[in-house]
Amino acid sequence: MHGWFGGAVELGLLYALMALGVYITFRILDFPDLTVDGSFTTGAGIAAVMISHGAEPWLATLAAFGGGLAAGALTGILHTKGKINGLLSGILMMIALYSINLRIMGRPNISLIRSETIFTGVSVLVIMPIIVIAIKLLLDVYFRTDQGLSLRATGDNARMIRSFGANTDNTKIVGISLSNGLVALSGAMVAQQGGFADISMGIGMIVIGLASVIIGEAIFGAKSIVRATLAVVLGSIVYRIIVAIALRVEWLKASDLKLITAIIVIVALVFPSVRKYMKEKSNARKRSAQLLAKAASESTTAGRNLTKEG
Amino acid sequence: MIEISKVSKLFNPGTVDEKIALIGINLKLNPGDFITVIGSNGAGKSTLMNIISGVMKPDTGDVSIDGRVITQQPEHRRARWIGRVFQDPMAGTAPNMTIEENMAMAYKRGQARGFQIGVTKARRAIFKEQLAKLGIGLENRFKAKVGLLSGGERQALSLLMSTFTKPQILLLDEHTAALDPARAELITSLTETLVREMSLTTLMVTHNMEQAIKLGNRLIMMDKGRIILDVDAKQKKDLTVERLLGEFERISGRKLADDRVVLG
Repeated sequence: MHGWFGGAVELGLLYALMALGVYITFRILDFPDLTVDGSFTTGAGIAAVMISHGAEPWLATLAAFGGGLAAGALTGILHTKGKINGLLSGILMMIALYSINLRIMGRPNISLIRSETIFTGVSVLVIMPIIVIAIKLLLDVYFRTDQGLSLRATGDNARMIRSFGANTDNTKIVGISLSNGLVALSGAMVAQQGGFADISMGIGMIVIGLASVIIGEAIFGAKSIVRATLAVVLGSIVYRIIVAIALRVEWLKASDLKLITAIIVIVALVFPSVRKYMKEKSNARKRSAQLLAKAASESTTAGRNLTKEG
Repeated sequence: MIEISKVSKLFNPGTVDEKIALIGINLKLNPGDFITVIGSNGAGKSTLMNIISGVMKPDTGDVSIDGRVITQQPEHRRARWIGRVFQDPMAGTAPNMTIEENMAMAYKRGQARGFQIGVTKARRAIFKEQLAKLGIGLENRFKAKVGLLSGGERQALSLLMSTFTKPQILLLDEHTAALDPARAELITSLTETLVREMSLTTLMVTHNMEQAIKLGNRLIMMDKGRIILDVDAKQKKDLTVERLLGEFERISGRKLADDRVVLG
């Protein structure tokens, strides 16, 4: 299976780790984290610099993960200890990372075409499913541990888990850090597969992540963590398939990709609430009609009884 | 043993909105004490609870548990000694997590939370036994999300979660006030049973005068940031709602004003 479909699945798997990261902040912690746009490039940049200097590709990928962890931890500290609004702390970190990423990379674009990467000699479609499934399973287990439970509760009812002794500042920092670690890991893999790292490759990444999460949850459901993480991975793949199909439309250009993404997210966000509203309205109408009919039949029988007796 | 000594707390100090929440409060809870707290609007009952639990820090004075001063410790660190049930039935549980997951989080109250699996077979057996005590069938709904439970069921679960690990002190902040009479009755009797079985030291704020008289071995009445009446177990036996209201008028010189007060 190659051609555009195989390519879409490949990209979906590469970006799935980023989507899992977005899922952790957006859904589990209920924290809209915009650091993602910066930390994705951080991961790509760290991996590209290390690999182009001859480092072992797996080590470079691991270092990228570490860079993402650090970036996320900083956002978490800004938000919890610095008491900065959540959105703003992400934006601040994203902007700061732009300069930091340029420092890491030394120049805006690094080519990896001639370098050995983790994908040298193996198909992306062989290695990525293993990595993505392994990470999904690890996350599933983590979210069932005592620490994972307190992290989930932080997003669900922070006051409650504080009253049971969890330090919600710390759980937030850990969660945001883990999220950006995964985002950076995804960046490192995208760079190695694409053969380059670019300073602007992270722009709009948060929206792509959101699109994957929302599409995945809408199609595959999110009843439990195990189900939701699977949905996010599949959502990332479905997103890439939608994009690939959209780009095969003749009058659309590759540069329209971000607009298409934004529209997908908007539709995915608006559709469920519109559907819910319509459903409630039609239910209410049906039920009212039922009650009216019942009342009408009761009053006629009551009327008849009265006339009979009278 | 819990001791509150010379605790004062002002809101908006030095502004036109300055409000005395607590002023020079002294209170000593002996092990096994079950104290009910009543008082008019703004008497400082909730502030007292918040100061003990660490949600707020006092301006002056100290809170100590077993002789250890904990005034400066943050809320999450005190949780190892303190169990709490809030007025809002939604506040004490995590709605998108299952009953067993909520129990697992309560099980680790005040302990370090590591990479051990939260709901193990051994722990599930403990949870089952504890949930059965509530007598409302929650032990058969382990995997149900707590958000699907009714307000009364959630409050019963909150109560169990904050007691089954035997805290040094249990704080109940009008925990039956948001429930309908039948549910409130259930939670009240569960409270009585759980507190008695584990002989928990308890401080309970209530608006229900009759409940305040019926429950516990000690009753304190607060007004304008002070404790104006402290009734021990012996005197409490002969107490009636009328006499309690009379006492309030005699001491404070006005009628007990509380828009939510329930006389019984």
